[in-house]
Amino acid sequence: MIGYVIKRLLSIVLTMAIMSVLIFWITQVMPGNVAYMILGDFAAPADIATLEAKLGLNDPAHVQYWRWASGLLRGDLGMSLVMERPIGPILADTVSKSAILAGISIGLVALVGIAVGVYAGVRHGKPADHVVSVATYLNIAVPEFLFAIVVVMLFAGYLNWFPATGYSDLSNGFGAWARHIVLPVATLVLGLMAHISRLTRSSMIDTMQSQYVRAARARGLSEWLVIRRHALPNALLPTITVLAIDVGIMMGGIVVVETIFSYPGLGRLLMFAIQNMDVPLLQACMIVITFVYAAANLTADLLYAFLNPRVRYGRSAGD
Amino acid sequence: MAAVPAIDAAPRRRRLPTSLIVGTGLLGAILLLAVLGPLLSPYDLDAMRIDLRLAPPSAAHWLGTDEFGRDVASRVLNGAQSSLLMGFGATAVSLAIGVPLGLVAGYYRGWTDEVIMRAVDVMISLPPIILGLLILSVTTPSLWKTVLAVGFVYVPIMTRLTRSVTLEVATEEYIQAARARVESGWYILFREILPNAWPPIIVESALRVTFAMLLAAALSFLGLGVQPPASDWGLMIAEARPFVTQAPWIVGGAGTALCVTVIAINLFGDGLREALDPRLSRRR
Repeated sequence: MIGYVIKRLLSIVLTMAIMSVLIFWITQVMPGNVAYMILGDFAAPADIATLEAKLGLNDPAHVQYWRWASGLLRGDLGMSLVMERPIGPILADTVSKSAILAGISIGLVALVGIAVGVYAGVRHGKPADHVVSVATYLNIAVPEFLFAIVVVMLFAGYLNWFPATGYSDLSNGFGAWARHIVLPVATLVLGLMAHISRLTRSSMIDTMQSQYVRAARARGLSEWLVIRRHALPNALLPTITVLAIDVGIMMGGIVVVETIFSYPGLGRLLMFAIQNMDVPLLQACMIVITFVYAAANLTADLLYAFLNPRVRYGRSAGD
Repeated sequence: MAAVPAIDAAPRRRRLPTSLIVGTGLLGAILLLAVLGPLLSPYDLDAMRIDLRLAPPSAAHWLGTDEFGRDVASRVLNGAQSSLLMGFGATAVSLAIGVPLGLVAGYYRGWTDEVIMRAVDVMISLPPIILGLLILSVTTPSLWKTVLAVGFVYVPIMTRLTRSVTLEVATEEYIQAARARVESGWYILFREILPNAWPPIIVESALRVTFAMLLAAALSFLGLGVQPPASDWGLMIAEARPFVTQAPWIVGGAGTALCVTVIAINLFGDGLREALDPRLSRRR
């Protein structure tokens, strides 16, 4: 187990290193000259040249990369070109806001998704199961941005229960904060729920047909006890690992949702960096996203290895 | 291969899965509408009527008009081409890159395999939409760049799948026979292995089309895909967002079209999987 963890950690370090080169290289190709962006379009050529020399924009690519990457390792993310502030504090603030949004959403997805999946799985083949199956099938076909718009139209436009966009800090009171976060959370939950409930349903069906569930029933245990003590723990194994992967998938959804709801998180910051061609900010956002995604995938793998003894003891670990 | 028991070998025509029939029918109808769209649409795509801004559905304009007074039904009909092109085009791109990579990695093994699979690992270290954003943020957006970017995003999945099928097929006797005949590597990869590896790849591609379509729509929605004044469903939804409470028919029309298309392709893909992989259909 320890060897496996070390191997996975090393591969993450390697991936992060390669990814940082890729991100740096790709974003350097971005249109727009950094010196022009700082000084404005009408700056004198001499001023541009001076600033380029000062920022080291004429250095060879590998020198520029090393300056950036070594800064990252020291925790220095550089300065935002557009906001003209250090990126570190901006990122810390937006990441924590996104984390709150994602945390609440993934918690709800887990609760509701598993409950729906177990309910349908236990009633395999009955009307309730068919309703759930059809609903999740339709749910998967709807993109997040469409859910967001429909939710806004219904609950902000017609019913006027919640604000359509914006964010209110917790310091302004819990009620205002909660009212602003309801619709983004609802969108993210709707976007991911079908995934989890379908998976839970099918693994629940498999488990309910297994030998040990039959054995538990044969011992005369009540159906509820069979489900709770024998079927559920085994059926949830794939679900739990997929939940960790979903944290990564949710990062994609968060970009869309934060953009639509003007929620000041990491996704909106990323779109801001792209729209304003703020290269250092874009690079920093990408690095943070890569890191969080890698951490989520590592958690998924470790959870799976920890919960599934077949992987833990070697053989079928795959590639 | 284990010997097949005689009882099982009795000829019994397997019925085609319902989802395949329904999916094929729906998809066929959508493809037909997409091809005939320009002929069928009652109005010119870019014809603006300022006096008819955000008009509700009526006999003249079945799905109403948008903020420029353009006919929504005509634009939804023509948006089919853009969405289908992005979904199928991107999948074709990921197949064209991923399948050869997977074949080579799975057949030659060794360091070739190691290099290809590590590269794939790096590519999947970003969530799909973020990878798409990263690629598209550095260029001026256009339809074909979106197709390429989305196709690129799904290369790792195709590579991994093709590699795993290739690993299995490569151990078969006819491959050893081909090797004994000193056939070229190209011949073995594309004429011996690929024809025997295609069913799972085709099934995955069919399901991948919808992911590609939804991702492309999301990118267009974020402003990094198809650009105005093109009639694309993702773009139409983005443009209609500010007016959604006054004119829900624009989002409704384009959104329904997008979802129905995705459901049709999903049904087709699931049906295909059931038809091609009997093991799976027996389990459920």
